[in-house]
Amino acid sequence: MSHAAAAHYTSTGLDSRKIAFWAFIGSECLLFGSLIATYLVYEGKSVSGPTTHQILNIPLTSVSTFDLLMSSLMMVLALAAVQRGDRVWARVWLAATATLGAVFLSFQAFEFTHFVREGLGFTTNLFGSSFFTLTGFHGGHVFVGVVWLTTLLVRSLQGKLGPDKALNVEIAGLYWHFVDVVWIVIFTVVYLIQTTPLPQGVR
Amino acid sequence: MATTAIPQSSPAVPAAPTGVWSWITTTDHKRIGVLYGVTAFLFFLLGGLEALVIRIQLGGPEQHVVSAEFYNQLFTMHGTTMVFLAIMPLSAAFFNFVIPLQIGARDVAFPRLNAFSYWVFLLGGLFMNASFVAGPLFGAGHLSVAPNAGWFGYANLTSTQFSPGPNIDFWVLGIQILGVASLAAAFNFITTIINLRAPGMTWMRMPVFTWMSFVTQFLIITAFPVITIGLVFLLFDRVFGTNFYNVRAGGDVLLWQHLFWLFGHPEVYILILPAMGIVSEVLPTFSRKPLFGYAVVVYSGVLIGVVGWGVWAHHMFATGLGPVADSVFSASTMLIAVPTGVKIFNWIATMWGGRLEFRTPMLFAVGFISMFIIGGLSGVMHASPPADLQQTDTYFVVAHFHYVLFGGAVQGIFAGIYYWWPKIFGRALNDRLGKLHFWLMFAGLNLTFFPMHFSGLLGMPRRIYTYAPDLGLNTLNLISTVGALLTGVAMLVFLYNVLASRKQPPAGKNPWGAATLEWAIASPPPAYNFSVLPTVKSRLPLWTEDGVSEIPDVPPGPIHVPPGSARPLIAAVGILTMGIGALMHHHFLPSLLTVLGGAAILVYGIYSWAFEPFEV
Amino acid sequence: MSEPHEAAVQAHRAHATTGTYLTVAAVLTVLTVFEVGAFYIPQFKPILIPSLLTLSAAKFSLVVMFYMHLKFDHKLFRVVFLLPLLFAAGVIISLMFLFRVL
Repeated sequence: MSHAAAAHYTSTGLDSRKIAFWAFIGSECLLFGSLIATYLVYEGKSVSGPTTHQILNIPLTSVSTFDLLMSSLMMVLALAAVQRGDRVWARVWLAATATLGAVFLSFQAFEFTHFVREGLGFTTNLFGSSFFTLTGFHGGHVFVGVVWLTTLLVRSLQGKLGPDKALNVEIAGLYWHFVDVVWIVIFTVVYLIQTTPLPQGVR
Repeated sequence: MATTAIPQSSPAVPAAPTGVWSWITTTDHKRIGVLYGVTAFLFFLLGGLEALVIRIQLGGPEQHVVSAEFYNQLFTMHGTTMVFLAIMPLSAAFFNFVIPLQIGARDVAFPRLNAFSYWVFLLGGLFMNASFVAGPLFGAGHLSVAPNAGWFGYANLTSTQFSPGPNIDFWVLGIQILGVASLAAAFNFITTIINLRAPGMTWMRMPVFTWMSFVTQFLIITAFPVITIGLVFLLFDRVFGTNFYNVRAGGDVLLWQHLFWLFGHPEVYILILPAMGIVSEVLPTFSRKPLFGYAVVVYSGVLIGVVGWGVWAHHMFATGLGPVADSVFSASTMLIAVPTGVKIFNWIATMWGGRLEFRTPMLFAVGFISMFIIGGLSGVMHASPPADLQQTDTYFVVAHFHYVLFGGAVQGIFAGIYYWWPKIFGRALNDRLGKLHFWLMFAGLNLTFFPMHFSGLLGMPRRIYTYAPDLGLNTLNLISTVGALLTGVAMLVFLYNVLASRKQPPAGKNPWGAATLEWAIASPPPAYNFSVLPTVKSRLPLWTEDGVSEIPDVPPGPIHVPPGSARPLIAAVGILTMGIGALMHHHFLPSLLTVLGGAAILVYGIYSWAFEPFEV
Repeated sequence: MSEPHEAAVQAHRAHATTGTYLTVAAVLTVLTVFEVGAFYIPQFKPILIPSLLTLSAAKFSLVVMFYMHLKFDHKLFRVVFLLPLLFAAGVIISLMFLFRVL
C-alpha cells in the first residue's frame, strides 16, 4: 500500500473525529443522566423553601424551548450551506444558531435571577441545588456551544470554512443538537412533569 | 516541523528525536506508553510504601507507629493511589504501547490527545500527593492534609462539618482531574480500535488484549461521568453549601454511595479486564497453543463489562436497600461469576496439552489465574446479602479485593511487563531474577492477604488504626506484616532486574515466538512502527502460513512521522491551575482569579492545538 | 479504501434535504405545542406523565435521527450512541426504584 493511502487508511471508511465525537456524546448521556436521576430522586423532598409549582414559569420556558428547537434547524441549514460551499448562507445560519443560543442563555439568566429574587437560591433547599446544577450544567454546555459556533463563524468570515471543512461544522452540529436533545428531556421532566408537593412532615 | 525521512538511494529511517524537550512534546504512542509506565510504577511504589507503613502499624496490637489521623490518610491514599495512579495508568501504558502495534497501526487516532491524557494524569497525581506537604499553606496544624475519608469518600463524613480541612478538596479535585485524563484516553482508544485496524484485521481477528481494552474503554466512558457528577455534588456541598448530601435539608447520603458505586463497580472491571487480556496473550505464547475458545473469551469479556454495570449495590448490602433490591443485586452479582469462570476454564484449556514453557511472564499469568480464583471465590461469598452482612467492613473484604487486585491485576500487569519488555526496550529482563521476583511476591502476597480471611471473619473491622491485644488477631496481623515486607523485597528484586537489563543481549523481533503483529517488527519498533501497513489474513498472523503480508525491514519510501506538540501540556497545565484555584475556595477573589486564569490557559491550549498544523 | 467513504457521502446527500429539515422543525413545534397543551388541559391530568414522556421521546428521536443524521449514517454510530443512552436510562430508572420514587 502506498504511503499516502496508508496515512489515511481507516477500517470503516468513516472519519475518526466523528467516531470519537459520538463516543463523547455517549458519555454525556451518562453525565446528564446522573443529573436528571438526582433531580427526579430529590423531587418533592425539599423540607422548606419554594418548589416547582410555586416558581417554574411554563410559558416563558416554552418560548425558550421553541427557541432552542429552532436553533437546531438553523444548525442543519448551516451545515448544508457549508457542504455546498455557500459562504453567505453558511454565515447567516451559523450566526442565527449562535444568536438563538445566546437568546436561550439570556432567558435562562432572567429565569435564574428571578428565582433568586423569589427566594430560591442554589443553597436554599434540595430543589434549588438540584435544579440549578442540572440546568446550570446544561446552560454551561450551551455557552460552550455558542463560543464554538462563533469561532466557526469567524473562520467562515475569514474564508476558511469551505466544503473541505464541513466535518468541523458537522461535529459542532452534533454537539449542538445533543444539547438541544438534553433540553427536550429537561423541559419535560423538570418543567412539565411536576410531582405534587408532599404534605408537611411526610417523607 | 514535520519529520520526514529523507529519500536517498535506500530511504533513511527517521531517527527518533532525543532530549528532554522531545519527550515533553512527544505524540508518539510508544513514548507516551513508557511515560505512563514509569510514572505509574513510581506511584505504585509510593502506594506500596503507604501499605508498608500501614502493615507496620498493624503488625502488633496497640501500636503507635503513626497517629490515628495519619493512618486514615495512609489507607485513603493507598487505595486512591493504587486504583487511580498505579493500576489504571499501568494498564494505560500497555494500551498505549501495544494496541497500535497489535492492530497494525502507525499510532493512535489522536496522538496529541494521547499526550494530553498523560500530562493530565501526571499533574493530577502530583496534585493529589502534594496534599502530603501542603498543610502549612492551609494553616493546618500539621504538614500533611492528605485525603483521609477512604478511597470511596462516603458522605457525610466528607462534608465540611466532619471534614473541615482541605483534605477532601484535594481528593475530589484530584479525581476529577484524573477523570479527564481517563476519558480523553478512552475516546482515543475506542476510535483507534474501531478505525485504525490494518486491512484484514476484522473484529474477530483482533488480539484478546485489544478486545479487553476496548471493553474497558467503554466502561470508562460510561462510568466516569457518573462519579464526575457525584463529585460535583460533593464539591458544591463543600464549597457553596448546596444540599445534595445534606440530610437536614432532605438530602440522602445514600445518593453518594449509589453514584460512587455506579462508577466504582465498573471501575474494578476497568482494573481487571486489561490484565485478563494480558494473560490471554501470554498463556498461548508459552503453551505454544492458540487460545482455547477465542470467541467465547471475547464474548465473556464483553458480557462481564455489560453485566458489571448492573451489580453496583452489592457494595451497599448493609445500607437497608430492602429485600427486592438485595435480591436483584445478589442475583446479578452471582451471574457475573459465569462469564468469569468461563474465561478461567478457557485459559486452563489453553494450557492443557500445550508445550508449556514457564518463563517469567508465564509464571505471572498462571499466578494471576490461581490468585484470581481465590479472590473470585471470596467475591461470590459476598454476593449473598446475609453472608455479606457478616463480611462487609471486615478484613474478609480486604482479603477479597487484594486477591483479585494484587493477586490478579498486579500479577497480570507484571506478566505484561516481562512479556513486552523486550519489545519496548530491545532487551528482555533477566529470567532468573524474574522468577525470583515472582516467587518472592507470590509468597509475600499470600502471606499478607490469606490470614485476612480469618482476621476478617474473626471480626477485625476495616480502617482501624490499631486493635486490642485479646481479640485473637495478633498472630494473623503479624503474618500479614511479614508478608508485606517480603513483597517489598520482591519489588527490590524487580528494580534491580530493570537496572541490570541493559546488560541483556538484544532480543530480536520475536524472542518468545509469539503470534501477534507486534512481534513482526523490530524491538524496539521504529518511530513509524510498520514500514508498510500489513494485510492480515489470520487471527494468529505469525503462527499461520501467509498470516500477514510481508513487512520489509526498511521502508520502501519516505514515511511521515507526526511532529511533537507542546499544546497538550499547555492545556493540561490549564486544568491543573483550575484545580489549584478551586482548592483556594475559602479566599474568594484569589480563587476565582486562579480558576479563570487556568480556564484561559486551557482555552488558549485548546485553540492553539486546534489551529496548529498537525498531520497524522 | 476511499470507495466506502465516497459511498457513505453519496448516501448521506441522497437522503437529507432542506425540505426534510423544515418538516422536522414543524413537527417539533407541533409536538411542543401538544406538550404544553397537555400540561394546561385538566382532562389530560390522569395520562399526563405517559403522554409527556411519549411526546418528548418523539422529539428526541426526530432530532437524533434527522438533525444528527443517525438514521442515514453508518450503523456504527447508532451502536456507539445507543449503548450509553440505554445505560443512562437504566441509571435513571433504577435510582428511581431504589429511592422509592417509582
